[in-house]
Amino acid sequence: MSQIGSFALLLALGLSAYSFLAGLLALFRKDAASARLGETARRAGIATFAAVLLAAIVLVVSAFSDDFSIAYIFHHSNRDLPAAYKFAVLWSGQEGSLLFWSLLLAGYGFVLRLRYKTDQRLFAHASVVIASVQVFFLLILNFAAHPFAIMQGGVPPDGSGLNPLLQYPEMVIHPPMLYLGYVGFTVPFAFALGALIMKYPGEKWIHITRRWTMVTWCFLTIGVFLGAHWAYAVLGWGGYWGWDPVENASLMPWLTGTAFLHSVMMQEKRGMLKVWNMALIFATFLLSMLGTFLTRSGVISSVHAFAQSSIGSWFLVFIALTLAVCTYFLVVNRSHLKSEHKLEALVSRESSFLFNNLLLLTLCFTILWGTFFPILSEFVQGHKVTVGPPFFNRVAVPVALLLLLLTAIGPLLAWRKTSLESLKRNFLYPAIGALSIGGMMILFGVRPWEDPSYFYATMAAVLSALVMFTVISEFLRGGRVIAGKTQQSLFSAMLQLCHRNTRRYGGYIVHFGVALVVIGILGTPFNKEVEKEMGFGDKISIGPYTLVCQSYTQDDNPNYGNEWAIINVFRGGKQITTMYPERRFYKASQQPQTLPRIYPSFREDLFLVNDVYLVYEGKNETTGRPIIKAHLNPLVPWIWIGLIIMVFGTIVALVPNAVAVQVAATTPVRAPAHVGAGD
Amino acid sequence: MWEQVTEMKSSISFRADSVSCGGTGSCVGTGALARPSRVQLGTCRRPQQLWIRSSRWLQAAALTIAVIVCMGAGDDSARFKDLGHRMMCACGCSQILLECNHVGCTYSDKMRDQLQAALDKGNNDDLILQGFVQDYGPTVIAAPTATGFNRVAWIMPFAALAFGITFVVYVVRSWKNRPTPALADGITIRRGNEDELDEFRRKARKETDL
Repeated sequence: MSQIGSFALLLALGLSAYSFLAGLLALFRKDAASARLGETARRAGIATFAAVLLAAIVLVVSAFSDDFSIAYIFHHSNRDLPAAYKFAVLWSGQEGSLLFWSLLLAGYGFVLRLRYKTDQRLFAHASVVIASVQVFFLLILNFAAHPFAIMQGGVPPDGSGLNPLLQYPEMVIHPPMLYLGYVGFTVPFAFALGALIMKYPGEKWIHITRRWTMVTWCFLTIGVFLGAHWAYAVLGWGGYWGWDPVENASLMPWLTGTAFLHSVMMQEKRGMLKVWNMALIFATFLLSMLGTFLTRSGVISSVHAFAQSSIGSWFLVFIALTLAVCTYFLVVNRSHLKSEHKLEALVSRESSFLFNNLLLLTLCFTILWGTFFPILSEFVQGHKVTVGPPFFNRVAVPVALLLLLLTAIGPLLAWRKTSLESLKRNFLYPAIGALSIGGMMILFGVRPWEDPSYFYATMAAVLSALVMFTVISEFLRGGRVIAGKTQQSLFSAMLQLCHRNTRRYGGYIVHFGVALVVIGILGTPFNKEVEKEMGFGDKISIGPYTLVCQSYTQDDNPNYGNEWAIINVFRGGKQITTMYPERRFYKASQQPQTLPRIYPSFREDLFLVNDVYLVYEGKNETTGRPIIKAHLNPLVPWIWIGLIIMVFGTIVALVPNAVAVQVAATTPVRAPAHVGAGD
Repeated sequence: MWEQVTEMKSSISFRADSVSCGGTGSCVGTGALARPSRVQLGTCRRPQQLWIRSSRWLQAAALTIAVIVCMGAGDDSARFKDLGHRMMCACGCSQILLECNHVGCTYSDKMRDQLQAALDKGNNDDLILQGFVQDYGPTVIAAPTATGFNRVAWIMPFAALAFGITFVVYVVRSWKNRPTPALADGITIRRGNEDELDEFRRKARKETDL
């Protein structure tokens, strides 16, 4: 099996190298043979996908057939590993995840090369760029991190098992989502670089890649949030975001990708920010590579970095080369990227996009700076310093709040110029609503002046409410106009409004989701935790809840042995649920693992929902009594609901616009009213 | 600690009460530090009154802040939580000390006990943090300190934001001042004044109803 896999990888390298070199030659040769050469390059690119797919299938089959002669399978699987995790072995270790990266890239390239007739020359350029990235990954796979390396000294009877932290259902979908996001940004990057190299006229490359970018952004969003949820549900410290370098690495391309999704509208609508958009998509791709580098190189320690090796230098060289190529073409062809229009007013949609980009980029820089400062410090001072959550919370939170304010105001601004009168008209009621939310918080006992974290929480609540009220008012305003003209209900009018300009209103739904996510985060300063040794019948009181230990029980299966605490949860004297925090001991890897249990109190609280979060921490070595740690995390469930709404908004934005519906009227109408015409 | 608070309170009260000013314009000093001279008493006018009043408010505010700060500092469990969140677990798990709960951690319990012991001894925050740095190295502090080269860590993000704002403002201004491009066939567009443009916009919005 391993020989088939190795051969497939070598073949894939040869094919992608041919696709790159022949494609490059075809682009620069002007003779008649260049078209045929280009076609062979395209077909080689398609064949690369088949070869990489074969290699990936071989690795998965090896995992399922417990082929421990392959070192990768030995280190990341064992005979009793459940089937879903055996499938996930493909991306559970370094070599496999690089193969998975390569597979996804080949898959994207496959689709792109099949659709080449849209614009043959632009697609040929993009295909060459994708082939070059493919060559890089296949070089690593063949020469630095070979997934089919053979075990030395005989075949062991069983594998050493998958890391217990990775044996969680979300880990089957979190890495693919994140990788679909990381790898997906290669496509808009390839088109952007291709368009820049060939001085492609107009904005067509943006129209071609718009959906790619949105889908990719959506995958990355899901990946980032699933990572946060995994940390929350598995690591057992009661939090979901620890500003860990690998978490930061996934957030950075998300921030620049978000900035690109916004600023690209300026190029589409007004022919502005052309250089900036190029730079943004280049940065997004490079940051995606940096994320993979951080996860895989071990240059910075992280709870998420499950592999450490010497491939970091490969990535550094590749990142430096890519940066040099991008900078070169950006400088040489900058005259091609001149802006077509000028900005007419400071209070306009254009300037709001500029400031939106500035804040997103500042956030990205802050995170990049904080992530790499330990290395810089070691270089300058001779010793490392830690840049942890206190730094990021203090520096990034104020910028994020400003961004939230802009998210609320931006959609109310018109293209070119906004009169203060219209701004006041559209902004008044949402602002009153948001301020009253702040007032209510103070009324219910939140004292923003007592602690900076309370101040930030109050500000975040006010600004999130502002974003939500703004979005609702936009829907209501547009819906009323359509309802008035078409005599339909307000709800169906709003649906129609959304369908007329899916991108704009889908974007608003995403903003609404973001506001919900912020609401989920702002509960952090009000978290409570209690740790106690709990015997039978012992109680813990936390917030309005009383936790009573009913019993402990044990179980065993071929993969792990485990122990559960059975905790009854009471509120107001009434039992509302029973929770089973768990401790496992994995047999193959000989590693213990805690699995917290989480109860979101939707049935009792609805809006001010809490997570009751229980961790069975093990037994006190001195007394032998079990220790239970209880957390009460207010509002956290809104984060995950916010994610669902963000994804829904992105899907809405991907739906093609409906043709503007003719207004039914007794008098002839010269032209249909275009509602929601501007993004 | 409570003794320190009481001492601080009394010292601030003394300063706050040191000058009292009646509504008639005459000032009476009661404390040695702020006792006004005869000349000052004779020339006490409205601006001076205002100054004294505002300084009393400032002193009262300072007193309140000091009391709040010292009360917070006096609460050992709050200090334990605060300091425990300013340090990392030294086992290499990259987690905040009070949030490290990974199975088999040989450091976090020991470090928490050490923190509690230092608090019980009455050490101040700086001394406690210094002690941990000596024991576990500088990486035990969860964020760069505001000293030496570490200051750069705090300054750079805000410097980047300031630079970015300046750059955006520059770009916006230069775009605004850019001349209107002529059309290909040589026709130039009269831009019109702001009132005319506003009128156009009003009409356009009315027609599109949004």
